[in-house]
Amino acid sequence: MISVNREKCGYCGACVAVCPNNAIELLEMVISIGRNCDECKICIKMCPVGALEVRT
Amino acid sequence: MPGRCIRGKNLKYDVTVVGAGPAGSMAAKTAAELGLEVLLIEKRQEIGSPVRCAEGTGKKSLMKFIELNPKWIAARLKGARIYAPNGTAVKIYGNEEIGLILERKIFDRELAKLAARAGAQVLVKTRATGVLMENGFVRGITAKQLDKEFKVESKIVIAADGVESQVARWAGVDTAVKLKDIESCAQFLIADIDIDIEYADFYLGNKIAPGGYLWIFPKGEREANVGVGILGSKSGDLRAIDYLQSFIAKKYPRGKIIEMVVGGVPVSGPIKRAIANGLIIAGDAARQADPITGGGIVNAMYAGKIAGEVAARAVQLENYSIEVLREYEDRWRASLGKELARHYRVKEVLSTLTDEDLNSLAESLRGVDLAAQEFSVQVLLKELIPRNPKILFKLRKLLL
Repeated sequence: MISVNREKCGYCGACVAVCPNNAIELLEMVISIGRNCDECKICIKMCPVGALEVRT
Repeated sequence: MPGRCIRGKNLKYDVTVVGAGPAGSMAAKTAAELGLEVLLIEKRQEIGSPVRCAEGTGKKSLMKFIELNPKWIAARLKGARIYAPNGTAVKIYGNEEIGLILERKIFDRELAKLAARAGAQVLVKTRATGVLMENGFVRGITAKQLDKEFKVESKIVIAADGVESQVARWAGVDTAVKLKDIESCAQFLIADIDIDIEYADFYLGNKIAPGGYLWIFPKGEREANVGVGILGSKSGDLRAIDYLQSFIAKKYPRGKIIEMVVGGVPVSGPIKRAIANGLIIAGDAARQADPITGGGIVNAMYAGKIAGEVAARAVQLENYSIEVLREYEDRWRASLGKELARHYRVKEVLSTLTDEDLNSLAESLRGVDLAAQEFSVQVLLKELIPRNPKILFKLRKLLL
């Protein structure tokens, strides 16, 4: 489960661009991660502010 | 249909443009000028804000598309300075203005107004939620305004929905970018600092901006966009924001941060396919930003204009297939596409340079006057390659 820290997120959509499964959508100011996320963590690496993390 | 909220109605347009940035507004304006019924939608509440851009552009290239207006010009540049890791500076300058720093909050809005005055309908806080497909053709979109869903039947859809583009992917065109082909960026607009309002500054180095660069772009008296882009593959324990804060702590400790933006800038070179039946992709959605500088404003406008023209042709011929839309590909790939592909190969080589290499390159230009009518990578490479045959050996074949 990858979650977004909404206080850090700058809603830029960079994570959307790099997701190989197209599991992320940017809905104006909210990042939404869908069920087809396979936790490859590419988005976590991409984020300019480190707003994404694996939540267990 | 006048600008009021949609109440569950289904709409019909010749062209629907998703995204009111430079690509989308130019496409909408162009198509409307050619007599088409155009809908331009923007998911945000405001066009042009938040700004996800360093706002720098070449002056001559922008003038090809729009008359300059001081309303949206924040600064006029006479030159650029590039700093190697050890501080050696390379200066590129002209006696006349060669570049501009824009105020995109106003610029983007003006572009959308031009589209509106040309006859396009514009809807904000309206987000595409899907594409309508029929027999392998994109026939429109589903969209949401506030919380109301509705359909838009459209002969052509132009996907100008930015780096976080979805429309093309919904239509089956894979536009995902690899980490090594995208810059992870953070920028502050800083006020009350000592800056040179006529110069854009670029800082290179693996400790400053691994796989990218740090920029200082003047926005007015004593204020500048200070930002950094690092290669996505080099992001990790340290992120763009960390590199930026580290630089600012040393250089502008007493600066006041009045705006913060983050973003991803594609440096992948153009996607393999920017059309599908009933669909054209333009701007950052088509990864048309320059792989070396990350600059994409003018590229987006250029592609958006062609998209509008080709959409008009398709509507006139009543043929929305890739056979007709191929003209878009042929036209933009012949000029812009070739340049992007070349710059991608240059960027791949530059990414391998060590700090020592960069220092040597800067040193090789000591005392060399670099005049430039318009700041370009070509100018710089033409001076560097003959002076640094070993370091830049791989680039020799790529120079024009």
